[in-house]
Amino acid sequence: MNPELSIKVDDVHKIYRLGVKEQSNDSIASSVMGFLRSPVKNYQKYRSLYNFSDTDSTDKSILRALNGVSFEVKPGEVLGIIGANGAGKSTLLKVLSRITVPTKGTLSIRGRVSSLLEVGTGFHPELTGRENIYLNGTILGMKKKEIDTRFDEIVEFSGVEQFLETPVKRYSSGMRVRLAFSVAAHLDPEILIIDEVLAVGDAEFQRKCLEKMESVGEEGKTVLFVSHSMPAITRMCSRVILLNAGRVIDDGTATEVVNSYMARDGDIAIRDWKNRPDSAPSGSGCRLWSVSVRNEQGEVSQVVDIRQPAYVQFEYEIFKAGVVPSISFSLINAEGLNICLVLEDDEQWKNHPRENGRYITRAKIPGNFLAEGTLWVNTSMWVTMPKRERQWWERNVVAFNVVDTLKGDSARGAWMNDLPGFIRPKLKWETDMIEKIENAVC
Amino acid sequence: MKQNEDQSALPVIEISNSKGWAALNLGELVHYRDLFFFLVWRNIKVLYAQTILGFMWAILNPVILIAIFTVIFGKVAKVPTGDTPYLLFVTVAMVPWTYMSEAMMASSQSLVSDQSILGKVYFPRLIYPFTPILAKLVDFAIAISIIVVIMIYYGVAPTWNLLLLPLFILLMIIVPLGVGLWLSALAIRYRDVKFAMGFFIRMAMYSAPIVYSAVTIPEAYRFFYSLNPIVAVTEGYRSTLLGLPFEWQYIIPGAIVAVLILVSGAFYFKKMERIFVDVI
Repeated sequence: MNPELSIKVDDVHKIYRLGVKEQSNDSIASSVMGFLRSPVKNYQKYRSLYNFSDTDSTDKSILRALNGVSFEVKPGEVLGIIGANGAGKSTLLKVLSRITVPTKGTLSIRGRVSSLLEVGTGFHPELTGRENIYLNGTILGMKKKEIDTRFDEIVEFSGVEQFLETPVKRYSSGMRVRLAFSVAAHLDPEILIIDEVLAVGDAEFQRKCLEKMESVGEEGKTVLFVSHSMPAITRMCSRVILLNAGRVIDDGTATEVVNSYMARDGDIAIRDWKNRPDSAPSGSGCRLWSVSVRNEQGEVSQVVDIRQPAYVQFEYEIFKAGVVPSISFSLINAEGLNICLVLEDDEQWKNHPRENGRYITRAKIPGNFLAEGTLWVNTSMWVTMPKRERQWWERNVVAFNVVDTLKGDSARGAWMNDLPGFIRPKLKWETDMIEKIENAVC
Repeated sequence: MKQNEDQSALPVIEISNSKGWAALNLGELVHYRDLFFFLVWRNIKVLYAQTILGFMWAILNPVILIAIFTVIFGKVAKVPTGDTPYLLFVTVAMVPWTYMSEAMMASSQSLVSDQSILGKVYFPRLIYPFTPILAKLVDFAIAISIIVVIMIYYGVAPTWNLLLLPLFILLMIIVPLGVGLWLSALAIRYRDVKFAMGFFIRMAMYSAPIVYSAVTIPEAYRFFYSLNPIVAVTEGYRSTLLGLPFEWQYIIPGAIVAVLILVSGAFYFKKMERIFVDVI
């Protein structure tokens, strides 16, 4: 393999056998025959699980989980792998971590690989915390000496010092996960494979984990990171590949690939109940017909340019004349944090009883306000007259993705790396020179 | 530049679906010796967890079997054992047999019972069937005390034959390892192995001179009989411990068969290991 590469994946295929419906018997005689013949059938069935010599492309009972995947990774690169469920991400990681062998194709890997496919692998409930650190650490590829030197760090990171001599079966599930993750986080491989392990433990522990993950990337290790969280992917990865149906369909910078992935279908930005009025959210006087996210041109759009305004639009019906409605919505980011709750505030309609009819209400979110990332919209509707009453409360109705195309005129200016924060306002900056110094002392 | 040099010094692993017989790659096992140690140690530690008697079970199990066989075959059926008292005769064979049968059972189920690890982490698969073979040696070491007590009771003094005991301990380890390699690779695909294990073990026991003497086997069948490696282990233990003359015609063919099973088992296991995870 080229010495400048860390991983080379060359035309890798992986085929699995799908279950086939067994034929049913409709008479006693055929059941008896079926029973007697079953050993032969079972043998063929279990043999076919790994025998693909007789398969062709028309065989319906096989699944091509990987269908000719090729890519290369340089040392120190943090590569994100994204794709819908069933695109082949997990299979790819299983092949890379040597758990399973590809049906066809070759992988070359330079250096030690550790995978966090499943933290806590090999934990034994009867063993104590201390014993499990050693057992799990060696299972994940560490040497005893390495664990000895990092033992105190692992224990401190997990926060289970007091329970070190207690069998793990008496741990709470949270403690078990923390201990397991601490061991995994102290691995020191050349290549680290991470598959969405960040969603464990309480907020404090998650923060620790994220810091740890980011430091791994900074240490110059090669990292393969699979996640459904697009902000996490864009934040951590320098490069992203997009898998679909067992093939790499896009390969490029994080922002590019995430955008093309998010924009692949637009229907997540609109929710419409017009065709099924029975399920439309409604209350004593109003019914919600649709919610959508639109761009400046009024088109439904899932991808919103960070510099441009976006509109959250509600279409609804008032069927009890005289009510005074008020819509509100929240924006929830990919980590589940509520960025803001916005209440309807419109001089023209405020405190105004309405007539029966259909209405469209929209709120303009200014450009250069929200940070990059996916945002989900929760919405509720209250009527305040004649009596205060909730009409609906719907979570995650629509979503949109704020992207920065890095043209240089957004709030990030010429800064190309990740920017933290939930909002990204373009502030007015001022500088005055208050004194000119000649012959400055260096 | 420095980093590039470091990079190219790292070992490169090539993964592909090589058909046919794979190399055993025993060097990889050495590399993973720490893991091997902790897995063996886990098996030992966990075996008698939350029991009252703990490692006393390692003595109790063979003692009860020895008692049953002494009553049935020694007192009731009066099986001829030459000059050796039946209790002594059966004890020296029953202790190694208990090890072999338990090691065979645990080893053949090793892949199935650790499938949660098998499907999530890579390490040399050979470690799975190997682990119980070593872990069960602790029970064996404890059970040796039964032999010592019975030998003292009958006043049997050790002879120079005892020097060959390590050889037969090695053979006693090779037999279940070979069987375990074959059966664990089969059991992961066909769970029938688990159900067949019961009578397989019982048949294996009666196929060897554990509760009876090999002298009773008719001359014409002796060679076929001697191909059974369990016969070799049993005869070897009797000769080394009780100072009886070595019956090499029973020991050598069995030992050769044991090594053949081990080598073929290791290659069969390596050939099959690439599909283990896909058929769990």
